[in-house]
Amino acid sequence: MTIETSDPVLVQPGVPLLEVEDLHVEFHTRDGVAKAVNGVSYKVHPGETLAVLGESGSGKSVTAQAVMGILDMPPARIPRGAIKFQGRDLLKMSNEERRKLRGQRMAMIFQDSLSALNPVYSVGFQLGEMFRVHRGMSRKDAKAKAVELMDLVKIPAARTRVNDYPHQFSGGMRQRIMIAMALALEPDLIIADEPTTALDVTVQAQVMGLLAELQREFHMGLILITHDLGVVADVADNIVVMYAGRIVERAPVHAIYRQPGHPYTKGLLASIPRLDLKGQDLYAIKGLPPNLMRIPSGCAFNPRCPYARDVCTTELPAAVPLGTGRESACHFAQAVLEGEVAADVH
Amino acid sequence: MSTEPVLRVENLVKHFPLTRGVLIQKKIGAVRAVDGVSFDLQPGETLGLVGESGCGKSTVAKLLMNLERVSAGRIVFKGQDITHASGSALKAVRRNIQMVFQDPYTSLNPRMTVGDIIGEPYDIHPEVAPKGDRRKKVQDLLDVVGLNPEHINRYPHQFSGGQRQRIGIARGLALNPEVIICDEPVSALDVSVQAQVINLMERLQGEFGLSYIFIAHDLSVVRHISDRVAVMYLGKIVEVGTEDQIYEHPTHPYTQALLSAVPVPDPEGRETRERIILTGDVPSPANPPSGCRFRTRCWKAQDICAKEEPLLEVRAGLGDTAHASACHFAEVMEIVHTTN
Repeated sequence: MTIETSDPVLVQPGVPLLEVEDLHVEFHTRDGVAKAVNGVSYKVHPGETLAVLGESGSGKSVTAQAVMGILDMPPARIPRGAIKFQGRDLLKMSNEERRKLRGQRMAMIFQDSLSALNPVYSVGFQLGEMFRVHRGMSRKDAKAKAVELMDLVKIPAARTRVNDYPHQFSGGMRQRIMIAMALALEPDLIIADEPTTALDVTVQAQVMGLLAELQREFHMGLILITHDLGVVADVADNIVVMYAGRIVERAPVHAIYRQPGHPYTKGLLASIPRLDLKGQDLYAIKGLPPNLMRIPSGCAFNPRCPYARDVCTTELPAAVPLGTGRESACHFAQAVLEGEVAADVH
Repeated sequence: MSTEPVLRVENLVKHFPLTRGVLIQKKIGAVRAVDGVSFDLQPGETLGLVGESGCGKSTVAKLLMNLERVSAGRIVFKGQDITHASGSALKAVRRNIQMVFQDPYTSLNPRMTVGDIIGEPYDIHPEVAPKGDRRKKVQDLLDVVGLNPEHINRYPHQFSGGQRQRIGIARGLALNPEVIICDEPVSALDVSVQAQVINLMERLQGEFGLSYIFIAHDLSVVRHISDRVAVMYLGKIVEVGTEDQIYEHPTHPYTQALLSAVPVPDPEGRETRERIILTGDVPSPANPPSGCRFRTRCWKAQDICAKEEPLLEVRAGLGDTAHASACHFAEVMEIVHTTN
């Protein structure tokens, strides 16, 4: 009835599983070039859960799609950057080589399971496909494997339900089938893009608990993409916060909730409804997320930032180190961290 | 609270028939979306309605708006029975009960300007604003909800999600209603924009003396804005009480499970946090379990739960935080669910 989460995995020495280096992704549209990702770097180690936190349009999903190699190019283009998986640059590989990695070494869990699963094939067929295509198994063996997987993700009566179609399952069960499919070939890296956003909280707790349990069991690296500060606090080891295609802050999970080092993170945390602020106005970050075709000069957050000074509109802030495994891309990172409150926060 | 409630709902029932056959339709059952829901809404109060998808909370909203006809039960607005209102009587009622929808993208007509969208209620109720006055009124409303009055001729696509939700709220305010039913008003918005809209709604409530029915699945948002909260499960209210009673002293196992499932935005102590994980899924409302509807997922369930339906009532022995709960074994359980 209860689940426990393990101690956070800290950044370890040794070869990271995944290294994204200075990645840029842009979309060429009729109206101009949308710069979705503007120099993102992060690492994921085996067994680590890295949460990528951001709002819609922050580039968190596009980065993940670039890692998986499922961006439509065109309109997308990767003008710069490297994505090293177990030391090899994915961007220099042929499509054939990348296809072999997908599913086998890295897999993705999508938000909307109803559109991610094919409605005209049974779930057993779709699960078994992993084994038939990648492992050359017979239909019969593949189906047996599918039943095993459905058992693993705790679908009741897996043997009788293996021939059911996606619409015959509830949202939570479909999401578990997506997890089963991602885990089928025991990959080293799982990317989960808002895996529980479409689910109710009680089912969300089931699914996240399952994912955490299986991740521990198979010692996989997990990239969890989400906008939910609650889910992140529950399962992440390390966090990167994205805004307008850039990483504005990175930190181990405990540190960032205790003491955010970037005004955007601080604003997000402050805008969560809290008990002691009942009856008062919530802190609201003013303004709107930027249009990716017209990202503000200097720091992209400057028009919404209570700390902004002149330098913020002219100079792109570099990442300021803030202690072990922490950095913040803000000209006033140290002041933000130390809780120096600018005029109109709170 | 001895004042007369602005809205009273008694034993509201909505069954959607399930039929078989194309030409000759035979009724083979019913989806019992709402099955005996009662509550009061006091003037100036916010009643939060929470529950998972399929629990009937949005159907309740539609019934209150008379967008769906009730199967049984009564809806009373300021002493007047409006359950079966139609024609001009219904028109008069709707002036006083307005709705703000979840999705600011589909609830605004893309071919109408913002001015036309917000001003449309005046076409139906010309007595509220004489023709010559309307433009001014709409501009005032835009100003009230924090939008630029000069943008009156723009189209919805020229606004962001948060701004569109403000337009929806302005439309809801146009006829000076007394009750606004908000069906998931912030769940489609980005986190950094949600707080802006919640603050706006709270400000407007004070300014115009509005009563809100606030439907949402985000329990922390509901707690922030609500005075009282009703928890729904499979078409019934399982527990109702003040915000503090529900969140600090929940007595129904479903409420406890729901609260404990909400991820806490604070990693401290997560290694030792106890959490109730419900097994299985919500049963089909076409064929709800006998007795207590939650018993199939409940860890406290015993024989009596299958036989006897627990009533929503205040039970003895629960101390000074006692409030109505529909469980045979109601008892307080503290749930760590939010930061302090």
